[in-house]
Parts: sequence; C-alpha cells; structure tokens
Amino acid sequence: MSKKRKISSSLGLLPMYLFTLVFVLGPLIFMIALSFFEQDGWSYRAVFTLDNYKNALTGTYLEILFSSLRLAVISTAAVIILGYPFGLCTAFLPKRMQKFIMTTQMIPYWVNSLLRLYGWIIIFRANGLLDKLLMWLGITEEPLRLLYTYPAVVVGMIYVLIPFMFASVYQVAERLDTSLIEAARDLGASPIRAFLSVTLPLTLPGLKTGIIHTFIPSMGLFFIADILGGNKIVLTGSLINDLLNKAHDQPQAAALASVMMVLTAAICILLLRRAKYER
Amino acid sequence: MKDKMTPKSRRKARPLAIYPLIMTLVTYLPIFVVAVYSFNESKLSSIWGGFSLKWYEELFYDDAIFEALLNSVFLASASSIIAAIIATSAALSIEKARLPLKGAVEKLSLMPLIIPEIILGMVLLAFFTLLGLPFGMLTLLIAHTTFCVPYIYNQVKARLSVMDKFAIEAARDLGASRMQAFFTVTLPMLAPAIVSGMFLSFAMSFDDVIISVFVTGVRVNTLPIIVYTSLKTGVTPKINALCTLMLAVTVLCYIIAGAIKGKKNTSAALKE
Repeated sequence: MSKKRKISSSLGLLPMYLFTLVFVLGPLIFMIALSFFEQDGWSYRAVFTLDNYKNALTGTYLEILFSSLRLAVISTAAVIILGYPFGLCTAFLPKRMQKFIMTTQMIPYWVNSLLRLYGWIIIFRANGLLDKLLMWLGITEEPLRLLYTYPAVVVGMIYVLIPFMFASVYQVAERLDTSLIEAARDLGASPIRAFLSVTLPLTLPGLKTGIIHTFIPSMGLFFIADILGGNKIVLTGSLINDLLNKAHDQPQAAALASVMMVLTAAICILLLRRAKYER
Repeated sequence: MKDKMTPKSRRKARPLAIYPLIMTLVTYLPIFVVAVYSFNESKLSSIWGGFSLKWYEELFYDDAIFEALLNSVFLASASSIIAAIIATSAALSIEKARLPLKGAVEKLSLMPLIIPEIILGMVLLAFFTLLGLPFGMLTLLIAHTTFCVPYIYNQVKARLSVMDKFAIEAARDLGASRMQAFFTVTLPMLAPAIVSGMFLSFAMSFDDVIISVFVTGVRVNTLPIIVYTSLKTGVTPKINALCTLMLAVTVLCYIIAGAIKGKKNTSAALKE
C-alpha cells in the first residue's frame, strides 16, 4: 500500500475523529471537571470541592436516584416479559406476517412519541376511556383514576421502550435455525426444555442488546413521569433538568449526571458479565 | 426470499400470531385515540363534542406550528446528511488510517448511543455555554449530529464487513480509476446501509425532545418541543390534528413504497 493511500485514509477518518474529540470527549471531560466546581450565585467558580457529590449521594437526591433506579428496573423487567415473546413469536410467523408486524411497529416512530403518550392520558384520565369501559363491563364500580399514578408511568415507559426490545430479539430470532428446536423436540425434549436449552441460549444476544437499549434510556426518560405521573414522581432526570433550567446550578447537575452515568455503565457491564457466565 | 415454513409448521404458526397481533393493536390504541380526538369539536379531551374539522382548519393557519415543523424537517435532514458523510467516510478509512488512538476515538464516537439522553443534553448545554456558542439551530445541529453519527457508522461498518472486497479489486483491475471504482462499485453496495442508517437517524432526530429542550435557543422551536410544552399546559387539539396528518402521510409513503417494490419484483420475475 502506498504512503499516499494511507494519508488519504487518515483524511477520510479525520472529520469523525475531530468531531468526536471536540463534541463528545470535550463535553464529557468538561462535565467531570464541572462536577468538582463550586456554585457561586447564578454561575460557578473553578474551585475544587466535593460538596456536589456529597449532596448527590445523601438525603433527598439519593432517594430520588433510588426511585429512578427502581422505575428503570421495573420498566426493564416488564419490557423483557412483554417484549421478548413478542419478538420471538413474530420470528416464527410466515414471512408475510413478519413483514406486516415489522412495518406496523416502524410506522409509529414517525408519529411524535409524546403524542402517543398523550393518547394514554385520554385513556387513563379519571372517568376517561378505560374507566368508562371497566365500569360499563361491570368490572369496577368506581373510576380507577389511573392517571398520575405509578402504574400509569410504568405503562408509558413500557410503551415507549418495547419497540427496542422487539427489534433486538426479532433480529436474532429470525436467523435462528428452527431445525435445532425440532431436533431437540424429536429427541424427546419437552417444549419447555427445548426452549430453555435451545431457543433461549440462542436468542440471548438479542435479549442482552434489548436490555441495554431498554435500561439506558429508561434512566433518563423523565418526561414520561412528568406527563403521566403529574408532579408526584420525581426522577433524577427531572432533577437535573430543574437544576439546569431553574436553579442554574450546573456543578450540582454535572455531579448528578456523573453519578447516573457511572451507575448505568456499571449495571450494563454487570448484566453483560452475568450473561457471559451463564453460557 | 425463501420461506422456511412447511405447511405443517404454518398451521402451528397460527396460534403464535395471536400475541404479536395483540401487541400491535395495543401499539396503535393510543394513536387511534389521538386520531379520533383530533376530530373532536370540544377543546377538552374529556368531552366528546361531536365531529368537526375545525382543528385542521386552525392548524392550517398556525404559523408557529408550521415553522416548528419546517425546523424539525430541516434539522433532521441536515443532521442525518452531515452524519452520513462523516460516518461513511470514517467507516471506509478507519482500517488504513493512521491517527493516534483511533480505536479509542472510534469507541468514543459510539458513546452517544449508550449515554442516557438527558446526560448528553446536559453536557452539551454546559459545553456550548463554555464555548459561548449562540443557542439555536447551530447548537441543535451539532447536538443531533453527535447522536446520528453512530447510527449510520454502525450500519455502514456492518455492511462493509460482509461486502465482497474482490468486486472493488476487480473493477480496479479492469482499469477503473479509484474514483470510478468508488462511485460505481463501493457506493452502490453501501447505499442500502447508508440509507437505512439515515432513515433511523432522521426518525431519532425528528422525535427528539430531551436533547433539543436543552440545547435550543429561546426563539427556535422544533415540533417535539412545541408538543412537549403544549402537553404540559394540557391543550392539544391542533397538535392531535397535525399528528393524525403525519401518520396518514407515513402510512401512505409505506403503501406507495410497498407498491413500487411489488411492481419491481413482478417485473423482475417477468424478465426471468
């Protein structure tokens, strides 16, 4: 290979290289530095302090962090339970059906995700569509008033996150060699046994990607709790938002964000490790 | 495409279809509700005031929503085009390039995919303030490009790894210049990956609320920002109408694309 070729290749990489250094690495380093700065009125001073981390890891802020984590874990678990079979079943359908489901799952992407949540508001509102339906069916006597409750927020989270799980599982399951499952069944394995020892291990990579694509965003989707939870459910995301836009306390926000990032990364790495050992 | 179904397994597949179909119905339930309520005469979503097209009429005369829609379309197109150029050129040259720590920088460029959006939004806000950049379309464009690049890069890289490298060499052996080989062999082979990456990043940018809320200026609104603020105040009949229209356009596009593809397939089959 000529030297000229190497130089032109380096030039080809250069835009992404520089862009990444300036607009990904730069901001991240600045955030870490910022989290050690001292807040001073509406601005900050470049004086080293650990106070921001002390605040982030004690009292109310810590409680909020735990409740965010709890919501993320509950949502991710629900998305696994509902989304994994969704992707798996779809992969075993005739090709035309698969295409139909794939297309219908993609179309909503082009409708604003906030507005899709708004549909749930109309459904969940006190004396709204769900309450009327349940009372008409005689299942409940009083309106449930689900809007602005925890379950409503969880439904919203599941609704927004399930397509990621569906897509990850489907992509892997679609390439699955079905003759392996048939072989297991022919050799006398029960359907459950065949699933546990063939289908599940072979679709595990898809499940893992799905979990990561669900868990990471679920830590930050504060607007769902805002819209469907009223002001009752405060998450670290909305806290960071308020600190930045109302209190203008950038160092504190940066410390919370750093803690959240480390936590998310740690949990993802742990999950991946686990999955590796199980195999 | 080959169907791996035998008649026997096809019969077995029928009960399997129930669950995906239920999930699909649930997916469309809130969208359907929004669409129905866009024809609601009453301003409140708790009351059904009769069928009316008045919100569509009002939407037509609403300049703020129209401007936000244009902003969103421009932002999503521009950031996915810029990202496509950056990402494709990087994917093509990463193997042979000689830049310090290129592997680490490559991993770093994928970071926006695995950072919660709120953190990406906040770090960019703080960084843009530090640089003194004017908040508005420029900051939106930079921020959206950061998360569009990895989507396209991943797609192109995956395609490159399965691509037949001999095709390019063959073109060169047959006397094509490097440029000719690139435009007649490499680019057409990569096109599906680039296009699907761009579609994905367009959709992500078009629907992004969190990052946009952080990095936009006072005067520049995107569609999701308008939807977010009006949802917080709770009154959205015009926006219901807008989204119903957007859904209709999307479905139409899919049907047309499907029809064109179907026609191509049948004409290809006829040729054979």
